[in-house]
Amino acid sequence: MKNSIITVMKKEFTRFFTDRRMVLTTLLMPGLMIYVLYSFMGSGLSTKFDSSKEHIAGIYAEHLPDSMKAVTESGMPVEFHDVSGEETERALESLQNTEEGYDIVAVFPEDFDAQVAAYDVTSGTEAPAVKLYYNSTAPDSQSAYNMMRDFLDTYESALANKFDVNPGEEVYDMATEEDLSAQVFSMMVPMLLMIFLFSGCMAVAPESIAGEKERGTIATLLVTPVKRSHLAVGKIISLSVIAILSGLSSFLGTMLSLPKLMGEQENVNAGVYGMDDYALTLLVILSTVLVVIAIVSIVSAFAKNVKEATGWVTPIMIISMLLGVTSMVESLCKTEPVWYLIPLYNSVQSMNGIFSMEPDLVNIIVTVIANVCYAGIGAFVLAKMFDNEKVMFSK
Amino acid sequence: MKELLKVQNLRKSFKISPKQQKIQNTKERIKVAVDNLSFTAYEGEVFGLLGPNGAGKTTTLRMMSALVKPDQGDVLVEGSSAVKKPAEVRSKIGFLTSELKLEEFFTPNYLFSFFAELHGVGKAETEARKQKLFERFGITKFAEVKVGNLSTGMKQKVSLVVSIVHDPDIIIFDEPTNGLDVLTAKVVTDFLLELKEQGKTIIVSTHIFSLIEKICDRVGVIIDGKMAVCDTLEHLTAEKSLEDKFFDIYAERVGETYEK
Repeated sequence: MKNSIITVMKKEFTRFFTDRRMVLTTLLMPGLMIYVLYSFMGSGLSTKFDSSKEHIAGIYAEHLPDSMKAVTESGMPVEFHDVSGEETERALESLQNTEEGYDIVAVFPEDFDAQVAAYDVTSGTEAPAVKLYYNSTAPDSQSAYNMMRDFLDTYESALANKFDVNPGEEVYDMATEEDLSAQVFSMMVPMLLMIFLFSGCMAVAPESIAGEKERGTIATLLVTPVKRSHLAVGKIISLSVIAILSGLSSFLGTMLSLPKLMGEQENVNAGVYGMDDYALTLLVILSTVLVVIAIVSIVSAFAKNVKEATGWVTPIMIISMLLGVTSMVESLCKTEPVWYLIPLYNSVQSMNGIFSMEPDLVNIIVTVIANVCYAGIGAFVLAKMFDNEKVMFSK
Repeated sequence: MKELLKVQNLRKSFKISPKQQKIQNTKERIKVAVDNLSFTAYEGEVFGLLGPNGAGKTTTLRMMSALVKPDQGDVLVEGSSAVKKPAEVRSKIGFLTSELKLEEFFTPNYLFSFFAELHGVGKAETEARKQKLFERFGITKFAEVKVGNLSTGMKQKVSLVVSIVHDPDIIIFDEPTNGLDVLTAKVVTDFLLELKEQGKTIIVSTHIFSLIEKICDRVGVIIDGKMAVCDTLEHLTAEKSLEDKFFDIYAERVGETYEK
């Protein structure tokens, strides 16, 4: 590599790595914050939707039929209380005020069991209805409602159908740990990675290019005999390295906290991927960062200052996020190599393939080569911009 | 005398934005900043470009240092064309202007080494030159202090030192004492005289008459982008002071007179 490129790179690295605040905010904080945030979100969500295990749901029932004894006999943590008339009204008010002990108010028709036994599904008449009142903002009430709803649904199915489906406690879901992990990671990780990589690039490129322009320090570089192309390549490579480190920090934070975000599902595990999967991912990430840095650098060179650069890059980041969503929509996941010439989309789809455990090597190679070419074009454009006085000295 | 720098029929124009048109109260869409400008600087001389603000001095210096391309004409620096071989020209000159800033995060020590590396100066030579220049300007004790924490005068000294890191034969200074306190301005002026004694060719743009009188051998007076007069300081000041002569030239060119 040319000496002047290395000199420019060394300066960028020195600027970054000797600034403790930049290292902290760009490298350590993203990973740490994502881990803490996702872990909290995961535990918060599970607390919200799973009632405390010790809690016994208080169900206040009007005209409680005998058939409901099966609920307590099945070992479900519920306790029935008979209510009627004014008591029912009071129970409903208490439910609204989320007072202790009132989780569900269930109103059954009188002689529910007899009405159900006599009901003919082909008669076209209205079926006997059970009303379950609950409060979705109270986790225990929501949980008790889910439990009762599931029980009644099962009971209803059992009455209407003359045979059982999936009896007993045998596991019928044949999805493996790999399948579950692949499903979760392939949907979430490409989009998250695009966001993190873009954030990493935005943290360093506008400051390094628009910032230098704003402060007048880029002109000092431009009066040296360094070729503009060397300056552009030196900036792009060094900024890419820093952005990759920032992206990796976010990536680690995501991979470690994703199982927690998914509610501690034991079957979601990043360990299902092999070294070759991670190597391919890294290759795609590296080439993607080069493209993103080239885009952000060009935009930053056009901008008069960091604020303007950040403003202009934001819509591009939103587009990249939208492209990230394509991994979640099957009809948008193309397999023909020609689609993998589209920058950013190709990265999302390649990562989607890798995390689905169905990597298409041809498409990944097309992606990497296309991205390196786009980065090269970006470096060429940036060099031309460094040579353009209207761009570099506009105020 | 050997011609070191030759400015040939330089012309540079800029588009005027609607906003600038309003500010300048003009309907012109193009501003000619430099118009058919020519002059030559010889080996070992100090050439002064004198002119009011907006006369085109800075644009001329930027074209000379291959930072800006001329619309027409060329600048030859020791035979190298600023238009065709800008990188070669940049390696032969030292350019200092108040518009060129140093990154405040770095120390003078780091910046000197960094720019020396960009100019392809060897390590041993860099260290020797750094020691000499830092001592000359009293930078040594601030060598490891970030530029952002230095005084304005010290920042200007560091900028000056960094601009001549590669020991160029031709040095271009744009308003070198602008905004400096009297003590720092004297240090800079004395250093320019030292460089002159060393046989360097210096082009200096300024509107300070005393600076021109103190250091220049020849003077070019630029008014409205055109070279109004180019002569030796001796000839220009034979009958009148430089200041009086300048106002005479200005009145002749622009048609405005100024009372002292």
